[in-house]
Amino acid sequence: MTTTSAPPQAPRSPEAPRPKRRLGDRVFAGTTTGAGVLILLVLAGVAIFLISEAWPAIVAPAGDIPGGKGLTAYIAPLLFGTLLAAVIALLVATPLAVAIALYITYYAPRRLASGMGYVIDLLAAIPSVVYGFWGIAALAPALVPFYGWAEKHLGFLPFFAGPASATGRTMLTAGIMLAVMILPIISAISREVFSQAPALHREAALALGATRWEMIRMAVLPYGKSGVIGGAMLGLGRALGETLAIAIVLSASGGITFNLISSSNPNTIAANIALQFPESTGLDVNTLIASGLALFVITLAVNMLARWVVNRRADFSGAN
Amino acid sequence: MTATRSADPGTAPGRATGLVEQHRPLPRVALSGLYVLGALAGVVLSAVTGFNVVLAVLYAVVLGTVAVYVASRSVEGSRKAFDRLVTSVVTTAFAVAMVPLVSLVWTVLSRGLKRLDAEFFTSSMLGVVGEGGGAYHAIMGTLVITAITAVISVPIGLLTALYLVEYGTGRLKRWITFLVDVMTGIPSIVAGLFAFALFALFFGPGVRMGIMGAIALSVLMIPVVVRSSEEVLKLVPNELREAAYALGVPKWRTIIKVVIPTAIAGLATAVTLAIARVVGETAPLLITVGIINGTNLDPFDGRMATLPVFAYYQLTQPGFPPQYAIDRAWTAALILIILVMALNVVARLISRFFAPKTGR
Repeated sequence: MTTTSAPPQAPRSPEAPRPKRRLGDRVFAGTTTGAGVLILLVLAGVAIFLISEAWPAIVAPAGDIPGGKGLTAYIAPLLFGTLLAAVIALLVATPLAVAIALYITYYAPRRLASGMGYVIDLLAAIPSVVYGFWGIAALAPALVPFYGWAEKHLGFLPFFAGPASATGRTMLTAGIMLAVMILPIISAISREVFSQAPALHREAALALGATRWEMIRMAVLPYGKSGVIGGAMLGLGRALGETLAIAIVLSASGGITFNLISSSNPNTIAANIALQFPESTGLDVNTLIASGLALFVITLAVNMLARWVVNRRADFSGAN
Repeated sequence: MTATRSADPGTAPGRATGLVEQHRPLPRVALSGLYVLGALAGVVLSAVTGFNVVLAVLYAVVLGTVAVYVASRSVEGSRKAFDRLVTSVVTTAFAVAMVPLVSLVWTVLSRGLKRLDAEFFTSSMLGVVGEGGGAYHAIMGTLVITAITAVISVPIGLLTALYLVEYGTGRLKRWITFLVDVMTGIPSIVAGLFAFALFALFFGPGVRMGIMGAIALSVLMIPVVVRSSEEVLKLVPNELREAAYALGVPKWRTIIKVVIPTAIAGLATAVTLAIARVVGETAPLLITVGIINGTNLDPFDGRMATLPVFAYYQLTQPGFPPQYAIDRAWTAALILIILVMALNVVARLISRFFAPKTGR
């Protein structure tokens, strides 16, 4: 409690103080901006170095590429396999993930809900190579009886034409395993958008006598639709690039086939790189990098589209 | 908080107050009872047709759901019945998602515990054929490479997050935010190819070094650090910054003395989770670092062993007799899971016990 009787001092300088640009400020602003720009450079660097190392394969005569029919013929079956596995994963995972997100946000007891969300997120933390181990040791054998049944009763469909694989290391197994891996990504984003659905809409629906499902259908799902789509595309991006789980589980022999349960399957780009790269030299390496470049371009496009969809929703979400 | 605690007239019992009479065509336990009855019928059905756990569960769930739907439809009407149908479908979906998690943990535990012994942590694979051997070299290699990755990624990631939150404006900020988001989706194998292509330009093809793996992992880790620490920094109340400015503290000292200490728990959580994300990455290490049997801890000198790659090769190229290598592979997978889970738990604990009181 010190009270001074002296009158308040007048400002020291009559002119208005100019904001000083201190050295520390300039250094700090420069470093942080530099770090941000570095990220842009890294992304550009990824593209540039991949192109520079893939270039020899792009310009090489068709006969020198493995398979002897040129780069396009080499990458096409791999691309087909990549897309097939990712699409299976997406078809299995999306409905499941949406249902899980709905369960956690609107059905589960409130006290348990965050714990349940955490458990689902743990699925995302498990390394991909461990998924591969699980896929080949537990999932594939468990699916073998189903493949036998499917061959017998659903064999008229091209997907289940057979002959059914005895080991279960099929495209469908790989797709289901990928579905488990992308499930937490889709469900995390769906959960977020579902929980942001405007409370007023939800309560209005309930107040008008809607059942819980009708409330979700009328107030939550329309609001969360683009979030679910964006989440599914992020999952698709992850599934496209998944490497070792597929390399371990899928018994690949190349070629293009829609037969999901036989033991000869098309390989995926990423798994093919992982399998071939350690033993490759010379132009083979360049060819593999060229296929990696194709994968990079595809995942980049999918991710950009997904982020655009997700961000567009954020711009005019009623919750903010 | 009353707004979010709305009672649901569809399923929850409303409190009968005064003269309002609750009309409840079915007692509360009737539907659960019906579900159990239907499920029991399913189990009996599968027992009659030859018992099989998967089929029994399948029949039980389907018949239980059908029993509830039919009963509810005949007594309560179609709208409510459909609501109950969805409830049961959604709950089943959650249970289905638990199956792989439980199965995975069980598989890895039951097969990995066999070799979880002292030898596994103390010896390398140098000169080991068949029984014995361990993953000392791989565990150390993973620690070295992960540490280098963290040393590269954490400063860049944190500084970028600071830029986005404290300094960034206009187009550059929007572009960086967008591209960081896109970068989180780069396939791990492409990151590995990038590091390989980068080093192959300078050292020629066939180069394998620990530092290459660290750079590949950094490409994967930086965006994760940026995204999560950006979220944390955004949570620091603006009042704190403004109070510091009002006291005449320069901006950079405000950031160092006010913003970062307030957010430090969240930042630690973000970094821990990012490390957990890259510690199990296999594909980039497979093509940039390779594998050796001996212990090499110098990241600038040739191949190194890492735990995920070790596990992969022990499983896929076990040699003869295969069983010993396969056991080692499962133990390595178990250690990986333990490592990742431990990092996740640590991250949770940090954020729970050291979080600042933001008054929200």
